[in-house]
Amino acid sequence: MHYSWSFLLKRFGLFLLVIWSAATLNFLVPKLTPRDPLREKLLAQAAKTGYIPAGFNEMVKAYEVQFGLDQPVWKQYVRYMNNLLHLDLGYSIAYYPKTTLELISEALPYTIAVLTLATVVAFFLGTLLGALMGWERSSFFVRHILPSFLMLGAIPAFVFGLILVYFLAFRWKLLPLTGAQSANMVSAFNLPFILDLAKHAILPAVTVIMTSAGGWAIGMRGMMVTVQGEDYMTFGEAKGLKGWRLFYKYGVRNAILPQVTGLALAFSYIVSGSVLVELVCRYPGIGSVLADAIKGLDYGVIYGVVFVLTVTIAVAMLIMDLIYPLLDPRIRYEKN
Amino acid sequence: MLFLRYLRRNVSLTIGLVILLLLILFTLIGSLYINAEKDPYPLAAPPRVAPTLSYCPKTKPNCPTPKAYPFGTDSQGRDLFAVGVVGTWLTIRIGVLAGVIGLLVGMVVGFTSAYYGGTYDLIVRWLVDVLLTVPNLLILVVIASVLGSETLGLNQEALIISLTAWMGPARLIRAQVLSMRERPYVMMARLNGMSNMSIIFRELIPNLLPYLGASLVGAVTGAIFASIGLAALSLGTLREPLLGVTIFWAQQQSAMISGLWWWYAVPVSIIVLIFVMLFMISAGLDELANPRVRRAE
Repeated sequence: MHYSWSFLLKRFGLFLLVIWSAATLNFLVPKLTPRDPLREKLLAQAAKTGYIPAGFNEMVKAYEVQFGLDQPVWKQYVRYMNNLLHLDLGYSIAYYPKTTLELISEALPYTIAVLTLATVVAFFLGTLLGALMGWERSSFFVRHILPSFLMLGAIPAFVFGLILVYFLAFRWKLLPLTGAQSANMVSAFNLPFILDLAKHAILPAVTVIMTSAGGWAIGMRGMMVTVQGEDYMTFGEAKGLKGWRLFYKYGVRNAILPQVTGLALAFSYIVSGSVLVELVCRYPGIGSVLADAIKGLDYGVIYGVVFVLTVTIAVAMLIMDLIYPLLDPRIRYEKN
Repeated sequence: MLFLRYLRRNVSLTIGLVILLLLILFTLIGSLYINAEKDPYPLAAPPRVAPTLSYCPKTKPNCPTPKAYPFGTDSQGRDLFAVGVVGTWLTIRIGVLAGVIGLLVGMVVGFTSAYYGGTYDLIVRWLVDVLLTVPNLLILVVIASVLGSETLGLNQEALIISLTAWMGPARLIRAQVLSMRERPYVMMARLNGMSNMSIIFRELIPNLLPYLGASLVGAVTGAIFASIGLAALSLGTLREPLLGVTIFWAQQQSAMISGLWWWYAVPVSIIVLIFVMLFMISAGLDELANPRVRRAE
């Protein structure tokens, strides 16, 4: 048994606390804006027809009742919390009568598929490259030339995405410019459709991989260098172990621990960090939903996306904390 | 002299500082050739001029003084060379301002919470953890809309960005101080009856300087990123010729499809230079702070 009951209880308590306080924060902060999204929306619609109808204020009132915005704030809060518990995230103001859950669940698969895959690929690619760069026996090219590519990681992903979009999609027309699938494609589970999906996903995925692999490589390279100074490495070498065994079982195995902690954090940034990438690649993921909701101050959708985001992060952290003692047997969660 | 000799060993710091020097020279020398009040704003130049060193309006048969637009102009008539010069300066200014404020706040929070510990530390840690789960963009968006983006100036934008720039440094500094306060020299100082404040200022801060430098660079990087991100989402000041704002207008006016590639090229290349510069400097500082990294050379 790696962990005690009191640790599990405490850790789970923290998990609930983070979710609750983040949910509360998400509720309160947008309330501080003096803007009235409902009125703005209705005014914009009225402006389209050219005149403001006679009962405009009554109409706004009726909609406020519909969305529960006429209630005192604490009642809205209770309702909000209760709804969250039932996974009912309410209607979107901008895309009424669509519900927030519908908007999110339409976009979420794209984001999860593309960006989770990209993050995982970037993690393995970057970690392996970093390990090789930090390994004393690697070739000159790997140790001294390759690290200059780490600079890619310094460039903001969406700026890099802009460059890729310009050359790959616009100039050379290798990849589609916008969307997640071609307009004339029929959704079906067959090869052309899947190829079409993949073709649209390449741009955002490659953007994320190219810019985040550098970060993983830097971390791994630093850890590899540190690990090589440890006594067990000298011992392993003295025993005459083969190079690859020393590299994987002694070097990588020990150097990878902080990387795994980083992976939980990286998953948590998938959604918020990809908003801009999706924007540049015009990819209809959850980042685009959040960006739209933010622009239109669409309370329900902002809450929903942020709540989904918060839960993802909290769950990732929780899992990491539980897995960590299995990866690193030196760590035991016990009272001392 | 000693510093120059050190630079020969620390390649990344040297590269970073050289790029910084080039950017400074670009803005200084460039500002001699432009009217900073007028040229980087709309209607200052003929629209859609490709990069050229001698531009003559077609209406004049034999133009006496051809004008140079080395970076071209955009479809709203901004001289992109002027945008580059002014935008580089303004973007770095926002980053440094927000980064410094964020670092100062983070330092105070990080030091006090690590040093005093107890309930205060618990609350700070919890607050930082929770705040880090809410996307910065959401916080920034809400505050930007509270203030109304029409009235938002550059300094206010820097202040807003600094609101989300303190958590990172606070967490980093807290961790460092936690490990430092158990070191023998701090215990010695405490035994000698030094007050908490003078231990912080005379024992801890001098030892933390490399970390503070690195975390300042980190905070500045984050702040510049936030300013570009806000602009891309059409928030913050959209009138000033910031680099992010220039990208926003290029997106908005479909510069790509109109063939105005230079409208993107100017801000994107300067942004890439700025971030590579910051990355190199921070890698160099890292080497200074962690002598262990040197073994990788």
